[in-house]
Amino acid sequence: MNQLVSGTKDLYISQFLSSFSVIQMAEDIEAMLKLDWDIPKKPYPPKLITLASGEKMVVREASREEVPILLDALRPLITVSKDYYDVVAARMYAELLSWYRYRSRNEFCLAGVIDGVLVGLANNRHINQKEVWSHHTIALKRGGRVGAHMFAAKHEYSFEYLGAEKIYVVAESPIGFRRWMVEWNLKKTDGIQHELHGATAWVITADEYFKNIKPRLVFGERPVPEDLLKQSMQLKIGEADVIKEK
Amino acid sequence: MSREVVVIGCGMTKFGRHDDKSLMDLLVEASIKALDDTGIENIKIDSVYVATMLAGELTHQTAIASALADQLGLLPAGAQRIENGPASGGSAVINGYQAIASGVCDAVLVTGGEKMRHVPGDKITDLISTMTHPIAEYIHGVTLPSLAAMFTRLYMTHYGVTREHLARIAIKNHENALRNPYAHIHQRITLEGIYKGPEAEVNNPVISDPLRLYDSCPVTDGAASVVLCSAEEAKKLGISKPMVKIAGVGNATDTLALSERKNPLVLEAVKLASQKAFKMAGLKPQDIDLAELHDAFEILELAESEDAGFFEKGTAHKAVEEGVTLLSGSFPINPSGGLKARGHPVGATGVAQVVELTWQLRGEAGERQVKNAKRGFCCNFGGFGNNVTAIILERV
Repeated sequence: MNQLVSGTKDLYISQFLSSFSVIQMAEDIEAMLKLDWDIPKKPYPPKLITLASGEKMVVREASREEVPILLDALRPLITVSKDYYDVVAARMYAELLSWYRYRSRNEFCLAGVIDGVLVGLANNRHINQKEVWSHHTIALKRGGRVGAHMFAAKHEYSFEYLGAEKIYVVAESPIGFRRWMVEWNLKKTDGIQHELHGATAWVITADEYFKNIKPRLVFGERPVPEDLLKQSMQLKIGEADVIKEK
Repeated sequence: MSREVVVIGCGMTKFGRHDDKSLMDLLVEASIKALDDTGIENIKIDSVYVATMLAGELTHQTAIASALADQLGLLPAGAQRIENGPASGGSAVINGYQAIASGVCDAVLVTGGEKMRHVPGDKITDLISTMTHPIAEYIHGVTLPSLAAMFTRLYMTHYGVTREHLARIAIKNHENALRNPYAHIHQRITLEGIYKGPEAEVNNPVISDPLRLYDSCPVTDGAASVVLCSAEEAKKLGISKPMVKIAGVGNATDTLALSERKNPLVLEAVKLASQKAFKMAGLKPQDIDLAELHDAFEILELAESEDAGFFEKGTAHKAVEEGVTLLSGSFPINPSGGLKARGHPVGATGVAQVVELTWQLRGEAGERQVKNAKRGFCCNFGGFGNNVTAIILERV
């Protein structure tokens, strides 16, 4: 066997091993992603919120299986530039789709539902048990402070049921800044870059949440009456034109 | 001897958010509706009055009255822009009234409008605050919500007005607006949702203590228009709709800075403007069947109804408790939904009040019709009560 042939054989073997390890690594990653959650997770106990209109909004955890309907609800908003709805809707769409197709881990989504109709969504992603990226909050029914209650509910879930100690928040719009940074009196971090890009992250600590935020901004009755909870499980989405008009 | 003046045409755009329309589009739409409403083809308009507070600042268009006259094909009618803060609309109607009453004109078009929703709220609040006293108030950060908040606190302390009273006014006005297809806000609100329930803290947050979100009007785009004419000319034209006359008008001013008022609880300009209007009309407050008041903040509905003479000072909140001012009550206030829920495109508001009263007096107000309405009163409130107009309309 001449040198050339011998060298080719070595290269072939090395390529074979390399491909094998790549496949193995991909499988490992897939296995990790398929876990969905790699930290302990408790379910979110549904709650009932009374809005200004007197309407009762059930806030409950959305399941992965419901993601296609959530995407249908978000799709019309991807073209609404007002208040950066397009940016928020497109990003939330990607986050939920990634969650649905096992491309991200430790993601949850809460749904706000009135009379069976989806009116709000809010999602977070846990970096680990103690630290959380606040993802997005979107109101499909505007003008009733649905977003304020959904934002509160997702952080309630992270702090009170999933053991978070710090949640990092970034605002993508002036209205988001007013709603979250100002109304929640958040603290600016010293240059922590949020995974959603944008400006420097702001932070909510568990201490601040339990002392000052929860008594002022987090409400809801539990348990949710059985009939309302059952109704909230049969998700319907509003007319696209109605959502866009807002 | 002044001539009798009647309203022969009314029109409004839907109030709300109009991303796809310019201010001129809104003014034209309302004006054409008012002109069409006269039922007279090619009516000759002698002068056009356009009320707008912030057209130049918000939409980068000035000389708006000349532009409207041109757009409507009303040349060579005279054209004037009237700017009197949030009372621009009422002032424009009074200017139109004077032109006809004096014999200078036979028919005029009065249109008010504003396009505000495309501008961030903080900028709008700042621009509106420029009408406060520049040295005594504005430079210290005073805004209209903060003035209204201080005024509300005084009212609460002196007269026992509570947050619940204000919430009840907001609920009433939202309820009325549900019956008004032109209203900006079509949302039912409840006492539990905005005041009593625990979630009310979030649903109805503090804007400027003690004022809350639902104690304040929204920022709105929209326009409203009326055609005024001398009564004799209207007869000649053969107007077919029920005739509504302007029975009395009044306009009065008060100190620019609130701190200079003898008694900051009394809206002296509301009092004087109303007295002038009642004197001209030969009427008393008891003769009025309904009122459209300038409730940019719900406390103003109470205070104006007292200073205009409908209730004793410090007692209007009792009338709220008794349901007197509901649509079904003995003296309905703001059947349109008021500024709170019909909306407040600043320059349009005073004209929209006259439109609503005309519809009510003609019996054309649909589901929100006040039964047997013969006389209506409206108050358009400029600054924080430093320039006020009062107008009384009467079915002929």
